[in-house]
Amino acid sequence: MARPVFIVDGSRTPFLKARSGPGPFTPVDLAVQCGRPLLARQPFAPDAFDQVILGCVNVIADEMNPARVAALRLGMGEDMVAFTVQINCGSGMQSIDTGYRYIREGHADLILAGGAEALSHAPLVWPNSGVRWFAGLATAKGVGAKIAAALKLRPRYLKPIIGLERGLTDPVTELNMGQTAEVVGHLFGITRAEADAYAAESHKRLANAQAQGWLKGEVETAFSRDGKFYDHDDGVRPDSTAESLAKLRPVFERPWGQVTAGNSSQITDGASWVILASDEAVAKHHLTPKAVIVDSNWAALDPSIMGLGPVMSATPLLTRNNLTIKDVETWELNEAFATQVLGCLAAWNDDKFCREILKLDGAAGEIDRDRLNVDGGAISLGHPVGTSGNRIVLHLVNAMKRLGTRRGVATECIGGGLGGAMLIEVV
Amino acid sequence: MESKIMDAIGDRALELGPKPEAGPYRHFKLTRDADGVAWLLFDRDGASANTLSAEVIEELDKVLAGIEADRPAGLVIRSAKKSGFIAGADVNEFRGATDPQMVEAGIRGAHAVIDRLEALRLPTVAVIHGICLGGGLEVALACQSRIAIDSARFGFPEVMLGLHPGLGGTARFTALVNPTQAMTLMLTGRTIDARRAKALGLVDAVTQERHVRGAVKDAVFGRLKRARPGMLNTVLNFTPVRGFLAKRMRSETAKAARRDHYPAPYALIDLWEKHGGDKTAMLRAEQSSFANLMVTPTAQNLIRVFFLREQMKKTAGSGNTVRHVHVIGAGAMGGDIAGWCAGQGLRVSLADMKAEPIAGAVKRAAELYGKIIRKPTEVRDALDRLIPDMDGEGVRNADLIIEAVPEKLELKQKVYAGIEPKMKAGAILATNTSSIPLQDLRTTLINPARLVGLHFFNPVSRLQLVEVISHDGSDAGVLKEALAFVGAIDRLPLPVKSSPGFLVNRALTPYMLEAMVMLDEKTDQRLIDAAAEEFGMPMGPIELADQVGLDICLDVGDMLRAKFGDLLPPTPAWLRDKVARGELGRKSGRGFYTWKDGKAEKAPLPETGPRVSDEMIDRLILPMSNVCVAALREGIVDDADGVDGAMIFGAGYAPFRGGPLNYARTRGVENIVATLRKLADRFGGRFAPDEGWANFK
Repeated sequence: MARPVFIVDGSRTPFLKARSGPGPFTPVDLAVQCGRPLLARQPFAPDAFDQVILGCVNVIADEMNPARVAALRLGMGEDMVAFTVQINCGSGMQSIDTGYRYIREGHADLILAGGAEALSHAPLVWPNSGVRWFAGLATAKGVGAKIAAALKLRPRYLKPIIGLERGLTDPVTELNMGQTAEVVGHLFGITRAEADAYAAESHKRLANAQAQGWLKGEVETAFSRDGKFYDHDDGVRPDSTAESLAKLRPVFERPWGQVTAGNSSQITDGASWVILASDEAVAKHHLTPKAVIVDSNWAALDPSIMGLGPVMSATPLLTRNNLTIKDVETWELNEAFATQVLGCLAAWNDDKFCREILKLDGAAGEIDRDRLNVDGGAISLGHPVGTSGNRIVLHLVNAMKRLGTRRGVATECIGGGLGGAMLIEVV
Repeated sequence: MESKIMDAIGDRALELGPKPEAGPYRHFKLTRDADGVAWLLFDRDGASANTLSAEVIEELDKVLAGIEADRPAGLVIRSAKKSGFIAGADVNEFRGATDPQMVEAGIRGAHAVIDRLEALRLPTVAVIHGICLGGGLEVALACQSRIAIDSARFGFPEVMLGLHPGLGGTARFTALVNPTQAMTLMLTGRTIDARRAKALGLVDAVTQERHVRGAVKDAVFGRLKRARPGMLNTVLNFTPVRGFLAKRMRSETAKAARRDHYPAPYALIDLWEKHGGDKTAMLRAEQSSFANLMVTPTAQNLIRVFFLREQMKKTAGSGNTVRHVHVIGAGAMGGDIAGWCAGQGLRVSLADMKAEPIAGAVKRAAELYGKIIRKPTEVRDALDRLIPDMDGEGVRNADLIIEAVPEKLELKQKVYAGIEPKMKAGAILATNTSSIPLQDLRTTLINPARLVGLHFFNPVSRLQLVEVISHDGSDAGVLKEALAFVGAIDRLPLPVKSSPGFLVNRALTPYMLEAMVMLDEKTDQRLIDAAAEEFGMPMGPIELADQVGLDICLDVGDMLRAKFGDLLPPTPAWLRDKVARGELGRKSGRGFYTWKDGKAEKAPLPETGPRVSDEMIDRLILPMSNVCVAALREGIVDDADGVDGAMIFGAGYAPFRGGPLNYARTRGVENIVATLRKLADRFGGRFAPDEGWANFK
């Protein structure tokens, strides 16, 4: 018998824009930074959890299974089961979804589910040809063989590949993520001006949320060992306007593309956690639930238009629960690219698309922009890929609490042609 | 890290060879393995750590005689104690030595036993885990090879007791490894880990318990490559080279300790300069040099200090229940207390409304850990345990709360009002106040019985004392837990009853204020500091005032004068002006001295001009003894030895003097009282001897 699953609390680090070189924190450092204050404010001890699930895409070599490393570093006890999940940009939501299912089925009562990513730590990778050359050199026996092996070196063997660039390229279609956004924008007629206006609004909303103190309790200050502290999402540019963004050159498809650095999400480091609890755990530890997870859904589609993932995953989720997009009062739709967000909105308003692909009776309609990404999104905050799915659930809950709305959906597109969506209700 | 499984079966780890049976010896067990190798396990009866007493060495002699007769294939020496190999000599036997001839006769006998071990005509292997210090290392050095377990730490701490190694260590250590490095270790008393010991050539291999059997087998049957002294050692032990190096060592030593205060390092340098490279002569000369040092007042006082520390550790007791400390206020003291506790393995939440001071505390903690913790992962774990807490959430789960906010009664009471309802049942509320009586602080508390003072000293990582302050409504259980907590974080507690200035600040304030009076008399500030340093204080009162902060000196001075009136020198008006100008000492870069990179810039005193006089020293030093006697008489503290320990570990009072009360005792109470009277006649009633001297023994 399915049990209700509550979100009782959560916190995240500030999202820190990757500038030059590796940032101050590794993925696990980030998970520890926001996990410590979150655990400190709970009325139960850190070892009271049943397990820890963490989404992380770019796991660094020093932190295999970052979930377990984070659990130990957070003092959650030697016997804390912890595992890492990876579904690219959906990883942080996958951790919540996995925890949700464990609790719903009665296999656990209290789970810490998060996402962590330090894109600034993405490694330089040697080309396979270079690795093969080095292996040949290392295993060659005798001086003659060594010299012969060494002489096979070609300059291109030593040309490093930026790991992140490969990670953001779809291996099947060979399109990078920005190009898939170009495709979606093109199919739904999104203009450069619309994309830039959307991006400027994202910055404006985040700056306003920061100024109003709406992120207090959600964003926890991170402290690095060199005596610096980080207390806000530092990618925000409140002075961005549609006009200023219009001056930027396209980055993915020059010279005629629509997608620029200004209307794309930023490359960023950050981590986020939410605490999931059964009603038994709520009663046992006297917790105050903030929201209940009603349902979740994953969908897959052509990788070259992965940006439509939210439409593909959220629509069946709503249908299954006898809801339409009009019934959703607050939306968090991850802002991978402005053209991609606008493409999703356009798809829901596209009669042919809704009939033939979503199997609706007609266009689902407009989503009121006042309901969508009310405090900005990945364009202004940044998009630490393994973290974003977690952040949008956490922020959806907090935003609904503030706005007094009841029903919300958090959804994201996922590189590789996937989408994930979660239906939340405030309690 | 915690491990339930290792807690249950971890004692299987220690590899002691074949299962030992009861034998003829009290402190040793001897077994024989399948290869015919004898395993000699040292397990001193009735002690948790191995130390070398006369009785133990005598018994070792009998064991060695047996081995000479039995001729096993090899001999392994190791400790059966979890704590380590051998902690050194049994210092109890050093106490009260007065006759150098008797000491020398004793040490000669012990030397013969160690020589016998070295002369065994079979392979000998020391397997070393945990601490291996002083005499313990000398036993290991007499073996042909040494195998270290990862956890091993090596050192010669004798210099801290006013001695140098006395069981052949000076000769064998300088012969085995680079003598400049060997001398440096013996001169500083520093310890090194297994990895450094291997690099130095002190041990032949570093391994883990699980490989001890294999390593021993290889060592006994000649398959383990031994660390051997290189050409460089021979060169450095040549007479002319020794002369040159000895000179340099003396000048380095002089920077840290004066010969008249601390003769041991100089005796060690003399010994090596004269006999280095000639093992037989050096072994012989070491005995008389060691015996002569043993009877010096410096050594006897330092040995006393060793036991004062042990006594204070005993006062701390065991059974600490504090796992999570919540520190409120991330300023200089609060931040450093938090950093220290996290470094000692506790979970610490550090609360402050602002991020800047917390970030500063994290930075200072990272710098401290970088110096005292070797493994980067352990530095990371310590930093993970230091939890910045801008919302004060940590108070909820804390076992102990340490309040370290500015010294304002209303502010502290406001903080208490905010946290007391959130505290766990059974949690302790501690204040780091240095000037506000607990009787005033407790008035607004719901449960005043759980309020205790934990007065740390700056810098927390260097000054080991923590005054544990009680008030007349304190709960005895809370005090006991507070003492155990202090012990658990490797600090030394002194129980004190709440009274202005407690003990250490009350005793130090006349020292610093008298220096101000001397400044008013136009005495050069460098001369004032020199007087105190000549007595043996680590820094003079003027420099100390700068270090502590002139604003704090002023506050504490005013507070104490309010209570003790003219028993204290008057605070000069210009000090107030100085503080008002923002010249606060080290922290503002300028006080009496200009400070750069944490050091006072001091020009040398002029060649001609006034010199330090005994009267100057007495004026600065004797009031400290006077206050300590007063505090004893008033019952603020009840243990005279504890007072000496506190002044040494909290105020840096010259350790080789054994503390202000020991100094008075040594100099003679009548002499002290008469000198104080004379000073009172000349300089004022503040020097009047306390009535407590009448009953002081």
